[in-house]
Amino acid sequence: MTTDLERPTDAATPTIAIRPDRGAATGDEDPAATPAVRFADFHFYYGQFRAVKAVSMSIRSNRITALIGPSGCGKSTLLRSINRMNDLIEGTRVEGLVEFHGENLYAGYVDAVEVRRRIGMVFQKANPFPKSIYDNVAFGPRVNGYKGNMDELVESCLRRAALWNDVKDKLKQSAYALSGGQQQRVCIARAIATKPDVILMDEPCSALDPRSTLQIEELMRELQDDYTIIIVTHNMQQAARASDFTVFMNMADDRAGYIVEQGPTAQVFTNPTNQMTEDYVSGRFG
Amino acid sequence: MASRSATSIVVQGSLRARSRDWGGAVLQVLLILALLFSLATVLVLVFDQLSQALPVFQERGVDFLTSDLSSNPANAGVAQGILGTAIIAVLVSLLAFPLGIATSIYVEEYAPDNRFTRLLVLNIRNLAGVPSVVFGLLGLSVFVAALAAAGVGNGRNLISGALTLTVLVLPIVIITSSEALRAVPSTIREAGFGIGASHWQVVRKLLLPAASSGILTGIVLALSRALGETAPLIVAGAVLGSYSNSGGSPADTLTGPYTALPVIVYDWARRPQAEFRELTAAAIIVLLVVTILANAVAIILRNRAERTW
Repeated sequence: MTTDLERPTDAATPTIAIRPDRGAATGDEDPAATPAVRFADFHFYYGQFRAVKAVSMSIRSNRITALIGPSGCGKSTLLRSINRMNDLIEGTRVEGLVEFHGENLYAGYVDAVEVRRRIGMVFQKANPFPKSIYDNVAFGPRVNGYKGNMDELVESCLRRAALWNDVKDKLKQSAYALSGGQQQRVCIARAIATKPDVILMDEPCSALDPRSTLQIEELMRELQDDYTIIIVTHNMQQAARASDFTVFMNMADDRAGYIVEQGPTAQVFTNPTNQMTEDYVSGRFG
Repeated sequence: MASRSATSIVVQGSLRARSRDWGGAVLQVLLILALLFSLATVLVLVFDQLSQALPVFQERGVDFLTSDLSSNPANAGVAQGILGTAIIAVLVSLLAFPLGIATSIYVEEYAPDNRFTRLLVLNIRNLAGVPSVVFGLLGLSVFVAALAAAGVGNGRNLISGALTLTVLVLPIVIITSSEALRAVPSTIREAGFGIGASHWQVVRKLLLPAASSGILTGIVLALSRALGETAPLIVAGAVLGSYSNSGGSPADTLTGPYTALPVIVYDWARRPQAEFRELTAAAIIVLLVVTILANAVAIILRNRAERTW
């Protein structure tokens, strides 16, 4: 796939590259189909403190959605609410609705462990297990009772993570022996090994050099056909380059995060409806 | 050699050390002396005992290791002590380590963070500092009495002895295992949960392997403690003097009178006869060897766990 870094020629546009619009106008699927993830009037509390308020948004399947916004505006909190990682923190509480393909994720019968098998996560700093590369990728399937051919599964996941050629001769080596970018790709391979529907990425490239960053963005585009990807990023250029939809969040005066604007990436970056969005994407604050 | 420019002279002058670091040099010497002193103490003790013990091994050789206790120094041997210490090592390992590690897993991973838990942990830490003879009294009043009431001889046997030492080393195992679990980076826990592992899967497949070298270190410490403790065993009923249990079945060995190497050392050290000086030294050497062997097994296991990553 050739690079998508086309520069708009319009003089009034911002100086960041925007990927061709794969968003609303593809016409190859029904936009009214059940979104992969949907928030409806969602609030999140750490104890008494409300970190996220009144979030309503739909995440389209098989698209890349970026959450952008200044530090502390609740992007990561929101992301981690999707796979219920916040359950691990004591004293957290949710109000409102989070749906996964139409089913309430916080219903009483829902097992958070099962949620995390359907919704995978890649973290900010690559955190492979202190095991071999093979065992890292095989870990998820193994704890899920996978009975098939593990060697094939590990190979296919490493191929999809664009890592197979680098590591095929050293699968039994420690994952820690790899470079930062390679470790992050091991984490991606590990995440897709459980065949999730959705992959959440919490600033996956913030600890990587530009070249590794671009490799991972390319990877995201290739994974898009089979997975829905939601990425939190501080890097606006990345959001503009790599995502189909963008959700811009900000922190209100009560320090709760809320959605300022959301929509197709091209529109949010070139023609935002909210002045705050305009200010943020043109770098005037944040 | 090129002539030095004015710049070079100034820069070199600023890079050179102002004055010798006398404080640092003195400190280094003191530290080395401290190390040598500690080493020398150990070496002097060991060599002193070794020199006294050598005649015994030279004259009697293996016979010393296979003879039973006796009031006659020419016949006395440490066979029963080796057996007792070995059985204690096995029993304490089987009892204290699983129980201690399970407790630390509960405290670190599953216990709610409330006052009761904090009180529990505080009590465990305090138990680690209780004088060992107190555990002997506990063993006497609880384990020995219970076994006697259940009809297992007079209650003074390897079972009550091992139970007493188990309770003694349990706090050590719990504390060191807890530290080892806490030292595992939280990113590993997070990644494990993120991949859809249940809490127990995260503990068993990620945290325990990552903490294994720390836990094994705790086991080494606990085992050394258990093998060397004398007072609790004496109070809880190990035999001082001599006894006969040879030819008995394994059940007899476990339920009959017993002794252990450190108890023999204590016993023989009190005897007035001059020959027992050498025998005491020989028993000490045997005890040291047994302890080193037991620790070597645990250290090898730990190194294998560390070596992997």
